[in-house]
Amino acid sequence: MSAESHEVHHDGEHDTMSKKRIWQVAGILTFITCIEFIIALAIVPNHPDLLKYANPVYIVLTLFKAFYIVAYFMHLKFEKMGLILSLVIPIIFIIGLILVLTNESHHWVDLRPVF
Amino acid sequence: MSTTVSQIDEVKTSPWSGGRSPFNVEYGKIMMWFFLLSDAFTFSSLLIAYGSLRFSASVWPGADKVFQSVPGLVDHGAPLVFVGLMTFILIASSVTMVLAVEAGHRNAKKEVVGWMIATVIGGFMFLGCQALEWGHLHHEGFWWGSVPPAEELKKLFTGGSEAVQHMTSQEFANLFFTITGFHGFHVFTGVIINIIITVNVLMGTYEKRGSYLMVEKVGLYWHFVDLVWVFVFTFFYLV
Repeated sequence: MSAESHEVHHDGEHDTMSKKRIWQVAGILTFITCIEFIIALAIVPNHPDLLKYANPVYIVLTLFKAFYIVAYFMHLKFEKMGLILSLVIPIIFIIGLILVLTNESHHWVDLRPVF
Repeated sequence: MSTTVSQIDEVKTSPWSGGRSPFNVEYGKIMMWFFLLSDAFTFSSLLIAYGSLRFSASVWPGADKVFQSVPGLVDHGAPLVFVGLMTFILIASSVTMVLAVEAGHRNAKKEVVGWMIATVIGGFMFLGCQALEWGHLHHEGFWWGSVPPAEELKKLFTGGSEAVQHMTSQEFANLFFTITGFHGFHVFTGVIINIIITVNVLMGTYEKRGSYLMVEKVGLYWHFVDLVWVFVFTFFYLV
């Protein structure tokens, strides 16, 4: 079993995740995290009016980091399209829960009239 | 007629015709992926619950005011520094993990052992930082079901009555300890599994097997732990 799976696995992998690319992705992740720190520590405290733009920027940067971790470190980018789709499409359920509960929570505010 | 029959009799060779692995991935690795997908649902549920409770609150303790100490060094005025350190430790241990996988592809046993040990050390460092962070917050009075006294809480907010501050602080404390606790538990199990795999590599189990696929599988788990931390970091410390 192992010899065969080893064979199967090796296909098209050798040139996709070299040491150079590992360090590239590590650099990108570190760079994005540094940008988040700069926004949180240097930009927002000096320009409070930018606060409302900061959160969407954080979330977009976080999704970029998530993409790089899943695609390169977890190697999903180089797998068969069938596997990629079977793992990515179920994320719809998570997006659905986000939409439902964030929408709902805006109404919960009115249910806390005591405070 | 005869051509139709021969067409039916023909052995199909497409990926989904059976007799082969359509995803071209070993069974255990596919199962690890689907386990991680289910784990992603669990973490998402917790984080979305956090988000919806926070959205429905009129005020919320400011992250830059709650987390502004470096345990053992600075007690105040250093927001995000300590958690930044934790984030970099976890990213670094993810990098050493992927380097272990890369060494495994070349069947370089010594390199795999070296990078795996580095990954385990990174995991322990992260857990140590987490323990310090929890200890600090607990010392301030935050815990499941308890918050600091009202005059201390006032410093964490920019508005709201005492009752609201008490309520949302309690929500914050419960969610923070539950979610980072659940993540920390994943880091802990990841470290244990990494140690087991390292011992196996040292004993030559995978050398005999001819493949370091197990290193890849535990690598997937470890990267997932890093992935979750990226989201926890954003939603608890930045937003």
